[in-house]
Amino acid sequence: MSDRHPAFMPLILVGGLVFGFGLAYSQMARPEVVLNFLQFEDFGLVFVMFGGAAVTGLTFFVAPRLLGRAPLTGDSFERRLKSFDRNVLVGGAIFGVGWGLSGICPGAAYASLGIGNVTILWALAGMFLGAYAQGYWRSRSQARDTAATRAD
Amino acid sequence: MVIEALPLQVGAELFPNGISRYAVGGLLVGLGVTVIYLGTGISAGASTFLESTLSYVSDRSCFQQYVASRDWRLVFTLGIVLGAAVYAVVYQGGAWTTDVQPWRLLVGGVFVGIGTRVGKGCTSGHGVCGVGSASKTSIVGVLTFLTVAIVTAQVVAALGVSP
Repeated sequence: MSDRHPAFMPLILVGGLVFGFGLAYSQMARPEVVLNFLQFEDFGLVFVMFGGAAVTGLTFFVAPRLLGRAPLTGDSFERRLKSFDRNVLVGGAIFGVGWGLSGICPGAAYASLGIGNVTILWALAGMFLGAYAQGYWRSRSQARDTAATRAD
Repeated sequence: MVIEALPLQVGAELFPNGISRYAVGGLLVGLGVTVIYLGTGISAGASTFLESTLSYVSDRSCFQQYVASRDWRLVFTLGIVLGAAVYAVVYQGGAWTTDVQPWRLLVGGVFVGIGTRVGKGCTSGHGVCGVGSASKTSIVGVLTFLTVAIVTAQVVAALGVSP
């Protein structure tokens, strides 16, 4: 991407820094704290998710109305909504089993590594394995579907 | 007196560690997303990094579709690690390690890896960005994984697994 604005990557890095600092400050980088929430021992996580959603909600609402296009990419500020289907429920349930078992989700896992939690590499390894397995299955089933369509 | 103190007591029981660390941290997470969105129009989630990074090592089409975004997702994730490291140095006073058992992290990680990809998002993609944009898909996604996670964590605790 040679035509990319020179400030693009630095801005992504700054955004990531603030995001990761926030995850660590909110204690979400500690699986124990997440598990305490899921066991109804500490409801603090509600403030993390809704605090974050409130800020992004305000941003997503205001930016398209006050600003024309994103300065570094020229892209318009539109809502890119994900379509709803059965996968959202199935995938959400699988994600829920993993989150409830380990107390770890992707962003928090990267942040956990940052706070020196080397044990979290187990979770990161698991996530990459899971994502790879899912992609492998999906490309196989897509190939099968295509073959079946051609046969018809 | 007793009645007046009741709401405070209930509050203290629900939030044994107070709320400021959670609220401030959550606002900063949202601010991180905001910085990137205002500059680029991208609403950044954390879980696509898994697939986009796999595109460096796998030629499969399901990963290759993320080639255009894999570089910035790597930088975003690097930022998350470094930002958390700043917290560790400034506030935590050194490294912290979890007591949660490795098998829980590994097996849980596999489920998380599959689930976020099938379900189109994670706690940041659906929970922060999706709920923030009032996406019905994301709200349903969050309610689904939150409910299942609560049940799972309660069952695991009831079976005596700790930590």
